[in-house]
Amino acid sequence: MGGTFAVLERHLTLYRRLWQASVFSSFILPILFVVSIGIGVGGYVSDIGGVSYLAWIVPGVLASTAFQQAVGESTFSVLGDFKWVRGYHAMRATPVRIWDMVAGWLLYIVFRVLIGAVAFLAVSAFFGAIHSAWVVVTPLVCALLAVAVAAPTIAFSARIENDSYFAMLFRFVVIPSTLFAGVFFPVSQLPEALRVLAYLSPLWHAVELCRSATLGVAPPWPVWAHLGYLVLWAVGGSLLAYASYRRRLKD
Amino acid sequence: MIYARNLVKRFGDFTAVDGIDLEVAPGEAFGFLGPNGAGKSSTMRMIGCVSHPTSGELRILGMDPVGEGSKIRGRLGVCPQMDNLDPDLTVFENLTTYARYFGIPRAEGRRRAAELLEFVQLTEKAGSTVEPLSGGMKRRLSIARAMINEPDLVLLDEPTTGLDPQARHLLWERLFRLKQRGVTLVLTTHYMDEAEQLCDRLVVMDGGKIVAEGSPRHLIEAHSTREVVELRFGDETPASYVEKLAGIGERLDPLPDRLLLYSADGDAAVSEVHRRGFTPSSVLVRRSTLEDVFLILTGRTLVD
Repeated sequence: MGGTFAVLERHLTLYRRLWQASVFSSFILPILFVVSIGIGVGGYVSDIGGVSYLAWIVPGVLASTAFQQAVGESTFSVLGDFKWVRGYHAMRATPVRIWDMVAGWLLYIVFRVLIGAVAFLAVSAFFGAIHSAWVVVTPLVCALLAVAVAAPTIAFSARIENDSYFAMLFRFVVIPSTLFAGVFFPVSQLPEALRVLAYLSPLWHAVELCRSATLGVAPPWPVWAHLGYLVLWAVGGSLLAYASYRRRLKD
Repeated sequence: MIYARNLVKRFGDFTAVDGIDLEVAPGEAFGFLGPNGAGKSSTMRMIGCVSHPTSGELRILGMDPVGEGSKIRGRLGVCPQMDNLDPDLTVFENLTTYARYFGIPRAEGRRRAAELLEFVQLTEKAGSTVEPLSGGMKRRLSIARAMINEPDLVLLDEPTTGLDPQARHLLWERLFRLKQRGVTLVLTTHYMDEAEQLCDRLVVMDGGKIVAEGSPRHLIEAHSTREVVELRFGDETPASYVEKLAGIGERLDPLPDRLLLYSADGDAAVSEVHRRGFTPSSVLVRRSTLEDVFLILTGRTLVD
């Protein structure tokens, strides 16, 4: 455990030095999204399920921001710590274990996503988009989503040699997930085949959980099913990450 | 401190370390000498418990590096061949974050960091980020970082490769002081002067095997002569003189530009050359060095 927190501490020390660079993507961009689409597009769209379009997309943007942040942060930084900075090699020469490296990074991502989520919710409340006290659980849903997607992403980052794979990850995984996971419109609008893809995406499950919490309505699947699916990704992803780190640092 | 018997490391078909035996005692400064690809770094990585031996026996500080790797690493200090400092953190933060990896409390980490920066003469740079530091400063910081856990055994993989002479001498002086404090040092190098300066005992590795072992003095006595005469001739190739000078000294080694004559008494050998009626364009009598031993043992073919 001590090793895990030592690794977390290193990432936080680096963040304290470099946090300004991430302010735009973590705090300002999601608010611009809500303002432009929620208010701009919302002016032409009637209420969805009895709430304004703005209130309807806030939980979607909340979860998709956590999703993009968790994936985005786990790409170049992780590859860099293997390839250029060699920070993981430095840790490897100490009592720190491979599990500490994986868990320390995931805790760091949770920390980043939590501050982003809380800041975003504060602004959304100001726009009157929060309809239920259950909103307090949404940062936790975002944290679980972050682990569910960051874990397989760091596994991927630990396996590649070249950062051009990241462009493909964003183009073919992150952007389509954001567009078709119920962030901007209900997945019921999608044809059957695409809807299955939305169900497979961890983002959709987090979006529905957040939406049911901010609007105070029941999610489409039982809560345990949505949560269970995210936990599955988190556990499976962490095992993959462990195996990838081990392989990368071996010999 | 280190005990190895018939240690082997293979990567697929390639055998990097081919059955070596080693023993390093507490307080010793021990060196691995050898050309690139001789198996020095692979051996160091096994001693550092980051790479598992393929076969053979290895004990570090009396423990098994496979089962107790984390525990052993807690008592080692490692200065890697390639710097892996955090370039965006300050010099001081590099030491304090690293201290945390060993479970050292924050206040104690700060105390040790300040003390170590003093030791490697980087106190004025404490607040600077690592990025703009010179190669020599980064190396000194890496050594300070390797000392943060007050290790029983310090591993240095080519500590002065790529540094300018001033930086090398400062580093040697600091390492010598560590040695005086009783810290066990294990280092790899391909600089002979470095090995002569720092090592009590060393092994020469070539092709994954140990080809010679002993103190620098002992190796020179066993594998070379006390003195070496370097002869240059203006007219013909050095090789053509091998036959003409046969019998002088113990060994003749023609290089493309000069002829090396190994002899216990260099001046006597030079007189004999002149007596035979040859007049070299230049003559240099010097003490035999580890470099001569190294080249005799590992050959002159360029590796890489």
